[in-house]
Amino acid sequence: MSRPEGTVAQAFRAVGEPTAPGTAAGFAVSMPRAGALEAARLALLRDLQLAFRKRGQLVQPLAFFAMVTLLFPLAISPELARLRELAPGVLWVGALLGSLLALEFLFRDDAHDGTLEQYALSGQSLTALMFAKTFAHWLLTGLPLALMAPIAALSLGVATAALPGILLSVAVGTVALSLIGSIGAALTLGIKRSGALLSLLTLPLSLPVLIFGARATQLAIHGESLLAPLELLAALAVLGITLAPLASAAAVRISLE
Amino acid sequence: MNWSWFHRLASPPHVYALAARLTPWFAWPAAVAIIAGLWGGLVLAPPDYQQGDGFRIIYVHAPSAWMSLMVYVTMAVSAAVGLVWRIKVAHAVAASCAPIGASFTFAALVTGALWGQPMWGTYWQWDPRLTSELVLLFLYLGYMGLRAGIEDPQRADRASAVLAVVGVVNVPIIHYSVTWWNSLHQAPSVMRLAKPAMPLAMLLPLLLMLLGFTLFFVALLLVRLRGEVLARERAASWIREVVSA
Repeated sequence: MSRPEGTVAQAFRAVGEPTAPGTAAGFAVSMPRAGALEAARLALLRDLQLAFRKRGQLVQPLAFFAMVTLLFPLAISPELARLRELAPGVLWVGALLGSLLALEFLFRDDAHDGTLEQYALSGQSLTALMFAKTFAHWLLTGLPLALMAPIAALSLGVATAALPGILLSVAVGTVALSLIGSIGAALTLGIKRSGALLSLLTLPLSLPVLIFGARATQLAIHGESLLAPLELLAALAVLGITLAPLASAAAVRISLE
Repeated sequence: MNWSWFHRLASPPHVYALAARLTPWFAWPAAVAIIAGLWGGLVLAPPDYQQGDGFRIIYVHAPSAWMSLMVYVTMAVSAAVGLVWRIKVAHAVAASCAPIGASFTFAALVTGALWGQPMWGTYWQWDPRLTSELVLLFLYLGYMGLRAGIEDPQRADRASAVLAVVGVVNVPIIHYSVTWWNSLHQAPSVMRLAKPAMPLAMLLPLLLMLLGFTLFFVALLLVRLRGEVLARERAASWIREVVSA
């Protein structure tokens, strides 16, 4: 399978190649080097392109989420009135597990074929690249889960007026989940059969997202203002955006040592 | 000022010998404080006017809960020191902290549940403090699991150090979100630990127990640290001298 290495390689070329005769092995910056933002943009595009070549994998978290939603009516009761009360919990546990399931793929293939190593050696900010990868992961799992959540909510008897709030809260919450998960995925990179460990590392740190997300969904279902929990979710997402890429870049470097 | 005593703390043979010398200085005061605290708490302190003798489990529960947090912070600080300055002994301290902290957390959970039975009529209540304590136990288990999962010891040190630092940032967030969650779902809990007017006869043994548990932790940490240093330096020549001596 060919991988769209070309675009990323262009961004990194200036560092790796001898540029002018007489300068020390390639580290002279006579050729303008692509900025961190440009490198991040290319890494993001590359991840999206790769993901769309394996569409089957993209559907997996969504199918899993739908499956979890189906389990609850079967296990508890088909009464919509009862399901409506449980809907926030069902939706958020489903979203949390769905995004957790997809985490294993976040860095695995790139660690296997040496892409991560190239990223680390490229001289580009690994933090920015990690942020790009995590953002791609959110676009590929978090956003589809958020788009799917209103449909799942409808099947649980939630009124249509609540759907925009649910979509918004799941979209914001999964940003934080992807970022927290990227730390766990980076830490467990070299470990075989790391699935259980990954969930043990990630789930306790995700509890605040679950609490605020479920509360926002509950308020949306009851037709009240969900601003307070939504703002807290957004605060968690912002905190994750500032700190999580730093931690996962450090963790990736450690796993490459 | 001469800082050589400080720099020598990074040397494994020095720390090994120092830990051996310091252990009794913490172990004996710990034993004295715990025995005195237990005597004061279980015998001398008057029964609580509401909870009767049931409240006395506080003398084990509160110090355990306190230690569970303090050990986590100690672990994270030494892990960060190891991560930033690449000091092996600091990583050994963090590694020694984890099982002790997990045990204290487990003790706090068990004593909390046993206290809950007479007070709430049920062993488990989704009380914010107990819930945070349970999450803390999972944080410890994750830390130990990550450390056990990575074969290369240096990588295990550094990866688990990142996790400890991430965890310590998250502990307050988890605590406050759980408190917020709980205040929505149930009326304020029956149990209010922070009574301002705790009589001195009850408070003094509690403070003694806190002191005793802290000293006990340091003594345990020193013993575990020696084992950890021995295991890590097993290829070094100074170990042979120590063992044969």
